[in-house]
Amino acid sequence: MSALSLAVRDSATMLRRNLLHARRYPSLTLNLLLTPVMLLLLFVYLFGDTMSAGIAGSGADRSDYIAYVVPGILLMTIGSTVIGAAVSVATDMSEGIVARFRTMAIHRGSVLIGHVIGSVLQSIASVVLVGAIAVAIGFRSTDATALEWLAAFGLLVLFALALTWIAVGMGMASPNAEAASNSAMPLILLPLISSAFIPIDSIPGWFQPIAEYQPFTPAIETLRGLLLGTGIGHNGWLALGWSIGLTALGYRWSTASFKRDPK
Amino acid sequence: MTSLAIAANGLRKSYGDKVVLDGIDLAVPAGTVFSLLGPNGAGKTTAVKILSTLISADGGDLHVAGHDLAADPQAVRAAIGVTGQFSAVDGLITGEENMLLMADLHHLSKREGRRVATELLERFDLVEAAKKPAASYSGGMKRRLDIAMTLVGSPRIIFLDEPTTGLDPRSRHNMWGIIRELVSDGVTVFLTTQYLDEADELADRIAVLSDGKIAAEGSADELKRLIPGGHVRLRFADPAAYRSASAALREVTRDDEALSLQLPSDGSQRELRSILNWLDSVGVEADELTVHTPDLDDVFFALTGPTGSTSSTSSTGPTVPAAQNDQSKETAR
Repeated sequence: MSALSLAVRDSATMLRRNLLHARRYPSLTLNLLLTPVMLLLLFVYLFGDTMSAGIAGSGADRSDYIAYVVPGILLMTIGSTVIGAAVSVATDMSEGIVARFRTMAIHRGSVLIGHVIGSVLQSIASVVLVGAIAVAIGFRSTDATALEWLAAFGLLVLFALALTWIAVGMGMASPNAEAASNSAMPLILLPLISSAFIPIDSIPGWFQPIAEYQPFTPAIETLRGLLLGTGIGHNGWLALGWSIGLTALGYRWSTASFKRDPK
Repeated sequence: MTSLAIAANGLRKSYGDKVVLDGIDLAVPAGTVFSLLGPNGAGKTTAVKILSTLISADGGDLHVAGHDLAADPQAVRAAIGVTGQFSAVDGLITGEENMLLMADLHHLSKREGRRVATELLERFDLVEAAKKPAASYSGGMKRRLDIAMTLVGSPRIIFLDEPTTGLDPRSRHNMWGIIRELVSDGVTVFLTTQYLDEADELADRIAVLSDGKIAAEGSADELKRLIPGGHVRLRFADPAAYRSASAALREVTRDDEALSLQLPSDGSQRELRSILNWLDSVGVEADELTVHTPDLDDVFFALTGPTGSTSSTSSTGPTVPAAQNDQSKETAR
């Protein structure tokens, strides 16, 4: 068997294993969905009127804020779902089964690739679920073309891939599941200091550069532009750059940790 | 010339400045059972981890199944199966799913995978539990599933790291039966254990590992011969006979409670005859005469005990605390 077909076959086997875990124990993924869903409902129904007035002036109604907040919530959903990847990688590495995989003549990277693809698929499923809730409470994408929908989907996949590789690296670096869940926490907290809930120019000036250039803001602004027709500007390139950069970094970090001798 | 399944020359490994394996040599002919025996922290698990490609050695010329460990680990992996000290099963999925996972990773066809999985689940008495998550299995069942998973790829060389640690006596005997079956199929088994009876029972050759070095190597009988400690035990029912026998004998260990005497002896026919002659000549009759040859326990304690305990006290100082540290480390893990 050629190296490539070996890699594909073993990664597919590992992916099946991870999806089986996710299907058998959906509680981890579902728990992680609670945060974005609750924040969505909280900001729309409790803070919605105030927030609408804040972003669109007095007289704006709640639906203006729903439109504003949903893109950020969707990306936050990805940040939240990949915490599951960090936890399951850390759990896996502390179990004997991975030691067994290491002594088998299989493609070395397949263990991690299975985790990554599994987590990206779960992220997409989560985004669809949270998106459906958003639509149910009144979110509508105005005048997005098929191409823009496709681009939005591509952005979500790419961003999920980037965050997953980083989360996998965090999982590899953590001694156990609790530590992994803690170290991956920034992935769900970062959207709180982005343009997800409030416009960047309403944030204190000294903090604006951080909020504006951290990975979530460009991705949120790009998604907002694609779905709602707001200006994207240089955010498209920034989002693409962050996604590719984080993917490369997370990939190098994870594979380097996997290659090291286990304890 | 018989081919060697495992050949190690000068295997070295240290963690920081702690030397775990200090240049050990191993030679395991194909189709035999080799047992690495040693106390906790002696380096047994490290040796298995290195030979099974899990971790790298610091030095040494190492070949498993004819392949160089450093140059071609994938070829080694294709020939071996490993059952480690801590169960290597996926607890979140069922026993059957674990077996099918192994079949997929060995690139068996769907049908072949199912056939092998069913057959092994039957052989290891796991059919009833096959549809339950492996995390719910008892210790013995997990260990059986673990070995069944190891056998999916029909490995020619199997590493078993303390396969019976923590098992109840029945599961232990079952495991011994499994290991004997493997050997009768021509598989080479590399076994580590801290149980001497286990090595005695199963292994063709035994190496005693102590402080990172091979303290002795040979068959169980050869090892036993290294150690003095054989004796003849005479037991008396009549206290008067016991007293007169013990008064007449000088080089003897008395046990007044049990009315028995121990005489050092190698158990040879000539020594036995002289003891019997002597008993006849002084006119006492023992009710029971038993011959004791040293068992592996004697060998083990003699070879792996604190080195200084019999000679000088100065060297026991550093040795004993080190051994204790290793043990606590092992339990903590």
